[in-house]
Amino acid sequence: MFRIPCPHCGLRSVSEFRHVGERRTRPDAATATPAQWRAYLYEQDNVAGWSSESWYHTFGCRRFVDVERHTVTNEVRPAPATDRDTAGVDPAAAGSADSDGADVDSTP
Amino acid sequence: MKRRPQGTYSAVGLVGRGLAHREWPRAWRRHDLGPAYDVVVIGAGVHGLATAYYLAAKHGIRNVAVLDKGYLGGGGSGRNTAIVRSNYLTPDGVRFYDRSVKLYERLAADLNFNVMFSQRGHLTLAHNDGSMRTMRWRAEVNKLQGVNSEVIGPDEIAELVPFMDVSAETRYPILGALYHPPGGTVRHDAVNWGYARAADALGVQIHQDTEVVGIDVEDQQVRGVETTRGYVSTPTVVSCTAGWSSLVSALAGVRLPISTHPLQAAVTEPVKMFLETVVVSGTLHVYVSQTDRGELVFGASTDPYPSYSTRGSLEFTEELAGHVLALMPAIAKLRLLRQWAGLCDMTPDFSPIMGATPVQGFLLDAGWGTYGFKAGPVAGESMAELVATGRTPDLIAPFGLDRFAEGRLVGEKGAAAVGH
Repeated sequence: MFRIPCPHCGLRSVSEFRHVGERRTRPDAATATPAQWRAYLYEQDNVAGWSSESWYHTFGCRRFVDVERHTVTNEVRPAPATDRDTAGVDPAAAGSADSDGADVDSTP
Repeated sequence: MKRRPQGTYSAVGLVGRGLAHREWPRAWRRHDLGPAYDVVVIGAGVHGLATAYYLAAKHGIRNVAVLDKGYLGGGGSGRNTAIVRSNYLTPDGVRFYDRSVKLYERLAADLNFNVMFSQRGHLTLAHNDGSMRTMRWRAEVNKLQGVNSEVIGPDEIAELVPFMDVSAETRYPILGALYHPPGGTVRHDAVNWGYARAADALGVQIHQDTEVVGIDVEDQQVRGVETTRGYVSTPTVVSCTAGWSSLVSALAGVRLPISTHPLQAAVTEPVKMFLETVVVSGTLHVYVSQTDRGELVFGASTDPYPSYSTRGSLEFTEELAGHVLALMPAIAKLRLLRQWAGLCDMTPDFSPIMGATPVQGFLLDAGWGTYGFKAGPVAGESMAELVATGRTPDLIAPFGLDRFAEGRLVGEKGAAAVGH
């Protein structure tokens, strides 16, 4: 068990959240090849170490939250400042979670 | 036909050694790491050892090294709940797992090692109409493939499982179950040790504490592997590394559609034998069986987020206890002895990934999620055939890595996911 820092609700138990997945860049629909789409759909980094990922605060603010989690120790830290949530609680930005990856691929 | 440097295990041998106070020789030997092998298998679990054994026994390829970063059978092969069954949902899945049951049935004789396969019957409970429909569907698919499987009602369940609460007053009343008589349990350590000993006798080298830290790929062809004990050149690498498959494949530059999730299990103190069958409830996320020593073994569904942590959690124990007691209120006073976690390499379609990759000579036996142990023998047999002949056997053709690029997923979730 561990806790996740929600930018809107504070530090909350992981049991309030649903794991969404690794953060990744959505290919451009106009130019992506089928192979790129399949890779985007299915392939995972699945690292044993720090992973950049999204969680959904189901039993809380019902917003998407980006964090970095160490997948071996389950230690959690907030995502770096380029993150969409720390940039402000813009409803448009929150609504486009996972569908607009233009700003997320600079995460280390 | 087989030469056994360690001698043959038999009742006569046991009595003889007992009377003479002679030590048993080591079941498998230690070796210096050689400079080159025909085949390098990564992972000394049931899949890796079975692959090496069938390579040597059926195809005469004996210059094989099995490398493991830890100890033999220390991953999923020693952490699973040892259940074997073949009552899957898709014809592909049923055929594949049924071959495994058939191999398990004669494994003790083949390996000269008692693996304690006990075909005690397997019950998958249905608590709602949707589950009942899936059970009937599975029963029909199973029968078409010649697998013994039928839907039974609460009265018959009560006869098979004495302490089961089949009343209508529970939170999740039991409407029926899929009964699969050939299913049962195997002693998983014995399967690892049996394969290791038999493979060793045929000349396979098993190297424990030997971690693969790099895979040497040149022009999309495997040349060798870098290990913590030195470089080994080989044209063929078979990765049988379950929860660590993504990391090993990444060494060869192959990306996989796999997430690693922990799965927790627990065992109680031993009590007098009362539970003959294996009991599974998808709705309650739990499966129960009783070992030959009398302990109850409980397994659950995987943890709800990916992780490489094998720490147990109190949350799991609490939830497990609640679900088990919903099924069998009478065992409330049993105490848990211990709990543990294993790593499951989950794929999007709850089916394995076996066969070739874009890198020549790098073969995958991965994506075994929560069903790897029951498939150990057939996976080993199939991978050995693939390595020896260069052709993908029909039995594993549906499970290739290319199915994701082609959008040809298998759809085994209805029978493979505990929490479906």
